[in-house]
Amino acid sequence: MINLSLRELQQCLHKKQISVAELASVYLDRCHQYNPILNALVHIDADIKPDYLLAAQVSQGPLAGIPIIHKDLFSTQGVTTTAGSKMLANYVPPFNATVVSQLNQAGMVQLAKANMDEFAMGSSNEYSAFGAVKNPWDLQRVPGGSSGGSAAAVAARLAPVATASDTGGSIRQPAALCGVTGIKPSYGRVSRYGMVAFASSLDQGGVMAVSADDCALVLTAMMGHDAKDSTSIAADKWTWQAPEDASMKGLKVGVIPDWLEQLEDQDIKQSTLAALDTLVAQGAELVDVDLPHADLAVAAYYILAPAEASANLARFDGIRFGQQSDGKSDDVNDMYRKNRSAGFGAEVQRRIMLGTWALSSGYYDDYYCRAQRIRRLISEDFKQAFSQVDVMAVPVSPEVAFKHGTKSDGVSMYQADQFTIPASLAGLPCLSMPIQPARNLPVGLQLIGPYFNEQVILTTAAKYQLVTDYHQHMPEAFL
Amino acid sequence: MSQQQWDVVIGLEIHVRLALKSKLFSGASAQYGATPNSQVSFLDAALPGTLPVVNSKAIEYALRFGLSIDAEIPEVTRFARKNYFYPDLPKGYQISQMDDPIVGRGRIEIDTGKGRKSVNITRAHLEEDAGKSIHDQYDDWTAIDLNRAGTALIEVVSEPELYSAKEAVAYMRAIYNRVTFLGICDGNLQEGSFRCDANVSLKPKGGETLGTRAEVKNLNSFRFIEKAINFEIKRQAKLLESGEKVVQETRLYDAEQDVTRSMRGKEDANDYRYFPDPDLPALKITADMLDKQRASMPELPEAKLQRYIQEWNLPEDNAAQLAYDVAMSGFFEHSQALTKATAADNAKFLITDFNALLNEQSSDMIGSQISAENYAGLLDAMASAQISRKIAKQVLTDMWHTGKSAQTIIEAQGLAQISDSNALKTIIQQVVDNNPKQVEQYRSGNEKMFNFFIGQVMKQTKGQANPVQTKQILEELLSNE
Repeated sequence: MINLSLRELQQCLHKKQISVAELASVYLDRCHQYNPILNALVHIDADIKPDYLLAAQVSQGPLAGIPIIHKDLFSTQGVTTTAGSKMLANYVPPFNATVVSQLNQAGMVQLAKANMDEFAMGSSNEYSAFGAVKNPWDLQRVPGGSSGGSAAAVAARLAPVATASDTGGSIRQPAALCGVTGIKPSYGRVSRYGMVAFASSLDQGGVMAVSADDCALVLTAMMGHDAKDSTSIAADKWTWQAPEDASMKGLKVGVIPDWLEQLEDQDIKQSTLAALDTLVAQGAELVDVDLPHADLAVAAYYILAPAEASANLARFDGIRFGQQSDGKSDDVNDMYRKNRSAGFGAEVQRRIMLGTWALSSGYYDDYYCRAQRIRRLISEDFKQAFSQVDVMAVPVSPEVAFKHGTKSDGVSMYQADQFTIPASLAGLPCLSMPIQPARNLPVGLQLIGPYFNEQVILTTAAKYQLVTDYHQHMPEAFL
Repeated sequence: MSQQQWDVVIGLEIHVRLALKSKLFSGASAQYGATPNSQVSFLDAALPGTLPVVNSKAIEYALRFGLSIDAEIPEVTRFARKNYFYPDLPKGYQISQMDDPIVGRGRIEIDTGKGRKSVNITRAHLEEDAGKSIHDQYDDWTAIDLNRAGTALIEVVSEPELYSAKEAVAYMRAIYNRVTFLGICDGNLQEGSFRCDANVSLKPKGGETLGTRAEVKNLNSFRFIEKAINFEIKRQAKLLESGEKVVQETRLYDAEQDVTRSMRGKEDANDYRYFPDPDLPALKITADMLDKQRASMPELPEAKLQRYIQEWNLPEDNAAQLAYDVAMSGFFEHSQALTKATAADNAKFLITDFNALLNEQSSDMIGSQISAENYAGLLDAMASAQISRKIAKQVLTDMWHTGKSAQTIIEAQGLAQISDSNALKTIIQQVVDNNPKQVEQYRSGNEKMFNFFIGQVMKQTKGQANPVQTKQILEELLSNE
């Protein structure tokens, strides 16, 4: 059962080979069974809520009755939503995120909430206030972050699909490290309403699943203009048509030779080259492209994202959210200081400090404004590249899943985002799909599409997955 | 007075609450005075994941204001976050505007009392209000009411071009009149719909460089702002004259003691770390949006003034007095449409006699007890010489108290002038016949006696004889027969 695609699960439900409740129970049981090992989930429903069963019955859509796990940054009405932070340990939203409402309406059955780096800040999921998540392929290793809980959950098939979010790589990198397919749509494609904000101009909800086809089916139900989110774009929705054959004839695929050169891990490099060969074997043409300003992306990102975060997280003052720290405070500012020092983890505090500093009078022009200029230049670079190619294929992560506790300094962790951040800054759709593993650990290939063209990356990935089976590999311990 | 050695320079920041049903970025009601915290949306309470969506009516109101002060309107306007921590600011930042405010440089005319003057307005921007901290309700607690959080304001910033407390008040009045005239603010001072911060500084008379300024915050009455600024001028002059320095700081006005007190110094000033709000894309201001506002804009005082002078031949001072007063000009135009009297006569009577009555009654045009229809009837009675201006004033007072029409009062009290020449002739003939001695004196060359006869006729008719006719008939009868 757990090896079936969404379409196959639909068929089973449709033919009444299994009921919605039975299917949900299969996965819910796995959640209860495996989460103590993985810590991928911060909340698991004790039983399947009758509401979901009812909605699945009412909805005739293709997702009716399919179980799902939501990253714990999507507000779920009546269910604790922590964003991986002590600040929100007891926060129960009185409303659903738009994404959650849409998927509820489509009849999906919500099972659990996925662990994550605190406020989506991190690339290892070690920065969760509720403990690190373990990689199902090797429990000593990290699953990546910040959507590490979602990635680990799908990799271990605690659900066939999970929502996730990506600010600078938080879908693609954990998807790569856990061997699942994950897509970050174009900025503005999916509503951010009800998603706990990290960096508003970059945050974008997306989805992780076994295959590109599964991702596409769920994404079609999530996307669309939302009047509650002024940055969501009113554009035509596309309808998903799974490719019938793997032919990539006429497809121009952009590759960046520099980025391949930068891969120090020779196994990852080999995997990546092999994946590109597969594309070529299907008829795709590889075209060298250049993003001349991409080497400035990490620096610009680590100014812009923390700057926005410093304001977005100001509301967490320990009074309405989080806990008042013990002891008497001298005044209200002293109280804020104590509460926020106690309520936020070290990485979040580091980024708030960084962002506050970058916006401070005297530094704003040199840092924030300069970073914005770099961001525009990178967008222009991509525009230039997409005048020559249909899609770009580049690495996701320069490394496979690393061991817990081996990266203690922020900067080396930040540097590992070098391949994912450029597309984030440009607001482009991008995904990670599993390719040939390296030393028995998953490796991903990143496909980037032109603005608002998710179809091209999903179609390319789906074709690749017609002729490969890396996406179907599962960690043995969870079979 | 020592202050005479100083030039006073004042700039004002006026916060105008927009008269909107809902808040600037949330759908919650913006009504004043509701039960505390009953008008708070998820966004106003800053629940995680909530997002602002701009109220399009607020954009329209701001544009209407911008057009009314002949301001530069940018093609694109942006919102920014102003970051500071305070318990009544749930998000930890206020959505305001920094670069590209919705209203750029404009100007407004003020009446300084010594003539009119044009004051430059630097900018006006949209922003959301904070909630309210209530410190005096509980001994150990500060209570927070978020009903106000998120309500829409425009902040109007003047150039430092006001040179006395009186001018500052005149400017504040001009802005007040403008926003209420446009219908974008309810003008309720008690409810804080119109508040003002004043930046006051002194420089040596004729000096070039501006002195250090102090900002006096949260003044919400015309009287207080004048007193607060005057106190501030005296305080600063005293400091400067004793060789001390004015400190750049924020001060609060205490109306009971009539003093300003330091609230926070420059060193405690917040670094607000403004940056563009990533939740709100830059907003394009299209020609259509502006055209729509132009079309719905009531005639502005400046245009009215020109029309009164050019089309209605009003003297400039009368025209200005009417044009800049919304209620007055409305009443004037309404009554003018109904009367045969000339606009100049209407304006003159309205500005002098009607105003005098309003003063007597401690009222204003809005509280007037006389309808435009009835007032037009009174003007007609004067225009047709049915009554004199003196009688008209008396009728006007009666109209105020009784609500009756001018004709009803004139008829009931028999106040109409006697213009029937036969009737007048009979009365005048009697007067001539009864005073043969005076007739003799007049005819022998004592022309002063003519006024004696006029007086006698008016006495007989209780002042209702038509003076022009009376004069004619008298001349006729007294001439040598």
